Amino acid sequence: MSPALSMLERAPARPAESPTNPSAPTRTTPILPLRLEEVCYEAGGKRLIDRISLTFGGGARSVILGPNGAGKSLLLRLCHGLIAPSAGHVSWAAPPAIAVQHRQAMVFQRPVLLRRSVEANVAYPLRLRGVGARARAARVAEALARAGLSALAKQPARSLSGGEQQRLAIARAWVMDPEVLFLDEPTANLDPAAARAIEELIESVHRSGAKIILTTHDLGLAQRLADEVIFLHAGRVRECKAATGFFTQPETAEAEAFLKGNLTW
Amino acid sequence: MNDLTAAFGLALQMLLTLDADLTEIVGLSLRVSFTAVGLAALLGLPLGAAVALYRFPGRRVLAVLLNAFMGLPPVVVGLVVYLMLSRSGPLGVLGLLFTPGAMIVAQCLLVLPIIAALSAQTVADLREEYDEQLRSLAAGPLQRLVTLLWDGRFSLLTAILAGFGRAIAEVGAVMIVGGNIAHSTRVMTTAIALETSKGDLALALGLGIVLIALAVTVNLLALGLRDVARPQYA
Repeated sequence: MSPALSMLERAPARPAESPTNPSAPTRTTPILPLRLEEVCYEAGGKRLIDRISLTFGGGARSVILGPNGAGKSLLLRLCHGLIAPSAGHVSWAAPPAIAVQHRQAMVFQRPVLLRRSVEANVAYPLRLRGVGARARAARVAEALARAGLSALAKQPARSLSGGEQQRLAIARAWVMDPEVLFLDEPTANLDPAAARAIEELIESVHRSGAKIILTTHDLGLAQRLADEVIFLHAGRVRECKAATGFFTQPETAEAEAFLKGNLTW
Repeated sequence: MNDLTAAFGLALQMLLTLDADLTEIVGLSLRVSFTAVGLAALLGLPLGAAVALYRFPGRRVLAVLLNAFMGLPPVVVGLVVYLMLSRSGPLGVLGLLFTPGAMIVAQCLLVLPIIAALSAQTVADLREEYDEQLRSLAAGPLQRLVTLLWDGRFSLLTAILAGFGRAIAEVGAVMIVGGNIAHSTRVMTTAIALETSKGDLALALGLGIVLIALAVTVNLLALGLRDVARPQYA
């Protein structure tokens, strides 16, 4: 990219102590917990999310589980702030002065990769936040190494395989050092080996201290990754409990049917 | 038929001998059109992207106008620029009338809507794909605009080439504001018009062939450059 353009795309450098600068993770005021109160979302006259109240605390890996069309992706977008609820409130614990959008990241079901090289994709969020060139290069190299993409750094992002693209999307989110990472069906279109690599990467992100909130309809993935399960059906939360309890003793008929693989509409 | 054969002969002869008059005319044509398209791209790409990305009062009207003005008649643009630049016009003090500068202004105005409207379409398509991701990354309005222009660079080249095709081929505007003065404001299209009216059809057609060859070459070069870079990033 030409220097003139890159100047425009890059935000002016912020002072290092700024809470919005991820290069200085001054986590004095955590943005979690994330609280949803009676959240509804309507589109085309249909209520797709129906009075959901939830609290996401730090630490645990929360898995939003449910069949297709349950509203999992919508719920994730409501949490991440991409769409506004028709009714109810989504609020972070952080005071309004803190730019919560800079402290969370989301990996979409179909990764949207920029038409640039692999490393330029990872560098992009840092450029947006005004991280200087030297710090940027170091953090990009680290993120690529963690995602096992170092050898592909110079390749065009869109020439990667599906699994590599998803790993790149996670690396791009991780490089921002988010406090919360949202993932929408992270392994939906991948073969088992690629899916396993993604699961391991999500585990690493979690171990590095980020809260994980992911959606899936894949029971295996949920059993392997979940600390707590939020079971969603027809836009409503049917169960919200620790993973072990959910998988052994589901309370609702829908959850039991889903676990047995014969949830009917 | 005779004219046609003679025309090809003349065109070939002019190209091979690098006729001094021809080189001067070709040089001025390229200089005027490249500068006009460059300026129009500088203004039109961000303008088109802004129409595609931002909500502001008058956005729809502007979008409609840009699309409508893609087909502006060159003579009308020439006339308006003439009125602006003429001695008694509001910009008469600049003394630009009947200079290459006036021709650049006229062609720039002619090409601007084409580049802006086509880039608005390209950026709107790209926005569909990128919007959620960019909002998730908390990209600001200017950052979004620059990102989409850069990531659409290969498609936007087509918009710029469309503008160049328009600029290099039009005759009405440069004729009115330039005056077709020999060794000063004569370009390929005005020279062709002059030779035609003088009755030297072979020479006119020969110049026409050179003009088309010129346009084809510029497009080949640009698209060739793109094809070298694009497969890796599209």
